[in-house]
Parts: sequence; structure tokens; C-alpha cells
Amino acid sequence: MFEYEKNSLTEEIENLVKHYGSDRPALLQILQAVQRKHKYISDFAQQEIARLLNIHPVEVYSIISFYSFLCSEPKGRNIVRLCRTISCDMAGKDKVESAVKRELGITFGETTNDGRITLEFTNCLGMCDQGPAMLVNDKVYTHLNPETAVNILNEVK
Amino acid sequence: MSKRENIRIPVSQQPFTVIQPEDTTTIGGTVSVQINEKKISVPLGMTILEACRQNQIHIPTLCHHPDLCIAGVCRICVVDVEGMRTLQTACSFPITTPIKIHTSTPMVRKARRHIIDLLLSEHYGECYSCFRNGNCELQSLAKEYGVDGYTFGHIDKPRYKVDHSSAAVVRDMSKCILCKRCVRTCIDLQEVGVLEAINRGHDTHIGTFLDKPLADVICINCGQCINRCPTAALRANDPSDEIWEAIDNPKKHVIIQTAPSPRAAIGEEFGIEAGHSFTGELNTALRRIGFDKVFDTNFTADLTIMEEGTELLNRLRKVIIDNDSSVKLPQFTSCSPGWIKFIEHFYPEYLDYLSTAKSPQQMFGALMKTFYAKQAGIDPADIVTVALMPCSAKKFECNRPEMKASGFKDIDYGLTTREMAKMIREAGIYLPEMPKSNFDEPFGDASGAGLIFGATGGVMEAALRTVYEIVTGREVPFKNLAIEPCRGFAGVKQASVKLDGCVEQYNFLEGVELKFVVAHGTANAKKVMEMLRKGELSDVHFVEIMACPGGCLGGGGQPIPTNAEIRRKRAQAIYAEDESLPVRKSHENPHIKYIYENFLTEGPCGKLSHKLLHTHYTKRGKFIS
Repeated sequence: MFEYEKNSLTEEIENLVKHYGSDRPALLQILQAVQRKHKYISDFAQQEIARLLNIHPVEVYSIISFYSFLCSEPKGRNIVRLCRTISCDMAGKDKVESAVKRELGITFGETTNDGRITLEFTNCLGMCDQGPAMLVNDKVYTHLNPETAVNILNEVK
Repeated sequence: MSKRENIRIPVSQQPFTVIQPEDTTTIGGTVSVQINEKKISVPLGMTILEACRQNQIHIPTLCHHPDLCIAGVCRICVVDVEGMRTLQTACSFPITTPIKIHTSTPMVRKARRHIIDLLLSEHYGECYSCFRNGNCELQSLAKEYGVDGYTFGHIDKPRYKVDHSSAAVVRDMSKCILCKRCVRTCIDLQEVGVLEAINRGHDTHIGTFLDKPLADVICINCGQCINRCPTAALRANDPSDEIWEAIDNPKKHVIIQTAPSPRAAIGEEFGIEAGHSFTGELNTALRRIGFDKVFDTNFTADLTIMEEGTELLNRLRKVIIDNDSSVKLPQFTSCSPGWIKFIEHFYPEYLDYLSTAKSPQQMFGALMKTFYAKQAGIDPADIVTVALMPCSAKKFECNRPEMKASGFKDIDYGLTTREMAKMIREAGIYLPEMPKSNFDEPFGDASGAGLIFGATGGVMEAALRTVYEIVTGREVPFKNLAIEPCRGFAGVKQASVKLDGCVEQYNFLEGVELKFVVAHGTANAKKVMEMLRKGELSDVHFVEIMACPGGCLGGGGQPIPTNAEIRRKRAQAIYAEDESLPVRKSHENPHIKYIYENFLTEGPCGKLSHKLLHTHYTKRGKFIS
């Protein structure tokens, strides 16, 4: 990471701390804001957040590792999460899974070479009556079949 | 009776009624509770665990530790509270209402048994190949509850690699049961913040920032987490095999120095109650093991006082007479390697405040491989120096690259009290039955001032005994040389001694109120450093800081368990031994006089002293990249 990137990140986190407050309850909101913008929370950002909130960096890392929607490693621009819970599984998740894998040429847990899509599994999305379900960034798609799933992924930029 | 009341409602769906406390008007009132048919009255807010312990009712605990905050994560202490749908954890349940508690119902026993079974199913390893065999809390609970098989299976492959990166602390997370005692020690008790729970659910493990090896993070090696770990997940880096090898090698001249705190605590490893010193017995045992010479670290503790005390007087002279603004006051002690690494990481901008004097352990090593080697006519390359310390950070300290003043590694191995006890047992010796013997000359006679280094406030007390007498020519004005303001276990202690009637050389100190601060535990050190940052310590002259709670006697290498009561008893043992010694002031130690007359001829803080007995520090910072 270049020095100027670090400086702008520090400034950004300082503004977030100003906005959300510098006490512990603000931590999650700050983390979410950084995650939204950068798609991941770098180790530098984690230590800056810890410094500004006066907590230990390992506590920040612990929180990030606890929540599935926060991550400390760079990921693709779009994160696709396929539900793997039992009702989606029975409704044909496996077919969707193999179609998506074939289309993108990666397995789950990986990112495409162009950094466009990261594939992940997720647990129940609450769409058990409409499975198989998939979450693309913040949007839920239901009643998937291999064809629709591939179409949805192709439309993602 | 209405029809509705006839319907049987499952317990889980019954409305929960809160019973009001008997006396809501006064906070701090009492509540009467019934524990196993016994009616007792307890203070409002007391936990079930405390109430039971006061009434001799045993409740097993695992994540609970008297030094740490309540967690309630292991759930081994569950009890049945009447009216509650589920079992409740005794350690975290404050009694606010008159409740009825049952500590041994079939449900409670079954739950506890299952909890142990579940912990064992994820706990890798077999007891006989474990160094905590016989002193493991999980093992003793399994015995207590008659675990005779792995009901829920047993993991047969380690889930995590053992982290050997640190010179002091070894982490084997496959043996971890996630009680989070180490996390609470690191974050709450010591405020270092290295360990936390990483990930969630089945993947949870205790890890460092970005799961880096321990050597790459800001661990200060204090070892307090080792002392609190109920299993063998955390342990000190044990060099005893290398030491045995050196002892068995006839070419090597193996020297051991023993610090004051291990002597006051090693008896606990042999089943003796805390608070008994085994100095003489330990000397005999060490000789029987095969150490060629047994020396006393207190000798160099005296030397530390001479160097550090002189440095303080030099600083005072420069500040008061020369108005030299580059000289920093207060002067901080530098005996505790945990504290040194703490300040290097967290307050690197204040390193100038530290005394440059090495710790007694390292001074000893430097003298051994120069002065002693010459006197005894032994090639320093053939000398192996071992230090028996109550401390895991000493293992890191002796591996510091700057600690090679003699041209060799000054101290080859740092050994903790626990490892020493293991070596003594291995040699087939039962320590308490040993005859007493003295240390070897010339580094055997030490003053009581060196001895009390083991307790918090000890360095300050020893330094004051010497500095006051050098400056005024009189003894410190305290009864029996016991400088009470330095003693006790308050977190941060502050006091002062007025210097008057000074001798001619030090008349610039006439009427000066010598102010000092004593702190122990790095959480308290942090408080002191924040005071310094705010400028509240501008009129203070000398600050003693020890990284471990209670000072060295509560160090990370001391016998397990350690708690406030045990620390108090060890301190008593140390102070009692101090009073029994003929020489109780560092500068009156005849061997100290001898070494300044014959070896360090330029006196304290002279050129040779600076080469051998002083060191420099590294700015480490907190940032991990």
C-alpha cells in the first residue's frame, strides 16, 4: 500500500469516527462503512480504527472474523452468495452450483481472475419457500435454475 | 377455578415472574436464599458461586479465575435455579431475589458431565504426554466427574500447528478449550491486547492480529496467560533438554543464578503451601543436579541498585545543577523485561526515561563471562550460564541481540520456576527434604535489598535504602528499614522521602522531596505512562514498574495457580527472608565493594560499567504490517 493511499484511508476513517463517535459501539458501523467502500478492511485500516477508538487491533480483527459480511482479505467487486441450507439444497442448489462454477471457471471461495465476482456459500437467507436462493451483493434472487443463475451473473458488472 | 388453569402449560411457555428483592430500598441489603435445603442470607448481588464457596459447597469452575472478570463461557458451573427454565451459570448469576438453588440434581450432574465430554471431544492429545499432566484443570474435572470414555468422540489429529515462533511463549491451540482466560488476561488484566477469539462457531480459536505468529505481534512475553491457562495450550519455551546436555558435557562449566522469587515459590511445585522459602534446599538440589556453580542473582540486583542509583543521582545533578533539558526525569526502572518490551511497543517516544542499567540477570551474565571467567581461569566459550527466573520474558531478554556485552551470549538459557521444579523431579530429588547449603563464592553473598526485588516496590525500596544513605550519610528514616509506602499490592503507589542534612558532595539535593511512584502490572504501567504524557509526573524523580501483577513473585514462570492470596504469601516469605539477613543495603555488600575496587575500578556508571552493565533500547512501535 502506498503512503498516499494510507493517508487518504486514515483521513477517511477519521471522518467516520467523527461521524459515528469514537466509542466501542461505533466500531461495527465504521467497519461496515469501510467494507462498503473498499470491499474489504485492510490490516492498515484495522489498526487505524483500533488506534482511533482506543482499542486493540486484535479486537477489531476478532470482530471482522466473526461476521461473514466483513472481510479482511481483498475480494471481487461483486460477492455472490449461494444459499446452502437444506430447503435450498432440496430445491436444486447443486445444479445451480455446478452451472455457476462452470460458467465462471472457479469454485466456491474463489474470485474470478478479472476480480469481477467472488463466489461464496451462505447459510439460510430466509427464502426457504422460494429456493434455491442467491444473494448478489445486497440483492436476493429466488426460484433459481441453472439458466437464470448464469444470466444473473452475466449481467453483473 | 377457571378452565384455562387446568390446561397443562409446558414449563418453557409459562410466564416468567420476577420475584422482587426482599428489601429494595437499600442497595447493599441482604437476600435470603436456599442452597440445597440450607437457608442462608447473602449480600445483594453476590454471585451463586461466591455464595456457595462461602458455605463450603463445591462448584466446579473452568473459565472463572479470581484475577479476571466474569465470563460464563465454559458453563461447567451450571446449577439449577428453581423457576428458571434452563440451568444457570453460578459464576455469572448475581443473587437479587430470594431463590432456591440446587447444585447437585441429576440434570446438573448430567449437564456437567456432558460439558466435560464435549470439551474433551475437541481437546487434542493424551494426558500422559502432556506437560500439564497432574496440574491440569480439565483433567481434574474429568476425574471429578468420572469421565471413563469419550462419549462424543475424540479428535485424533491436531487442528492447529503449534506456534513455536516466540522465544518465551509456546501456543498449542489444539489443546485450547476456549475458556478465554488468556484473552481476558491479555486485554483486561495486562492491557496488552495480543490474544482474542478469532472466527465463529466451530472454527473459533484464540489467535493474534491477522493470525500472525506470536513473535510478529506486540506480545511482551510476560507469560501471565500461561499462568492462567487451565490446560497446556499455553506454555513457556522449555530449554531444559539443552541444559541437561550442557550439564552432561564435562567440558562445559555450567553456572546457575537463582532469582529471589522462584525460591519463595518453588515449594508449591512440591505440594508445600505458599509462603515458604527454600533457598538453602534449592542450592543443594541444584548442586546435586550437576550445576558447577550456584550463584545468587541478588548479588547483581545489588549491582543494579548501585548502577541505577548512581544513574539517578547523575540525572538529578544534571537537571538541578546543569539545567540540562536533554536529561529526562523521572527515571524508570529497567529490571522487568516484560515492561521493557511494553514500553518499546506502546510508548517508544519515552525510551529516554528508562534507566540504561541492564536487568540483574543480564548483568550477571556479562560479569560471568568476563570477570568470573578470568578469575577462575575458564574460557568464557566453555561457560554456560543458566538463569532461574520467575519469568518467561527473561527467555526473550537473554536472546536479545544487544545482550552480548562479553562477546558471547551473556545468558544462555532462561529457566522458569516450573521448569526448574521439573528438572529437580527428573533428577529424583524431593526438594523440601534437602539439607540447606549456601551459595558459592564470590557471587553468593547478597543483601536483603537485592532479595526484595522479587516483590512489587522492592527495587524502589532497595534503591531508597542506598540512595538515601549515599546522599545524607544516614539510614532511611523507617523502622527496621522497612519502607512501608513501597510495600503492598495497590496498583499505583506514590510517596516521597525528604532529603535533608546532605553530605557535601550532594548538597544540591538539600531539602529536595524525593518523589517516587511504584506500579505493577502493565495495565497500571499504562496509567502511569498516561500520567507522564499529561505532565502529571513532572515533579516525580523515580518510577518502578514491574510487568506482572504483584511484581516478579507473580511472574509468568511461577507455579500454577497464582492468585492474590498466593502472591501475598510469597511476598511475606520474601520480606521475612530480607529481615533475617545480616546485610540489608546494597552498598554494604562486601562483594559489591570488592568488584568496584578490583574490576569496575571507575565506579558505578564508569566506562567499563557502561560497556558491560548498561544497554540500549529499540523503538518497536505498535504497528504490525
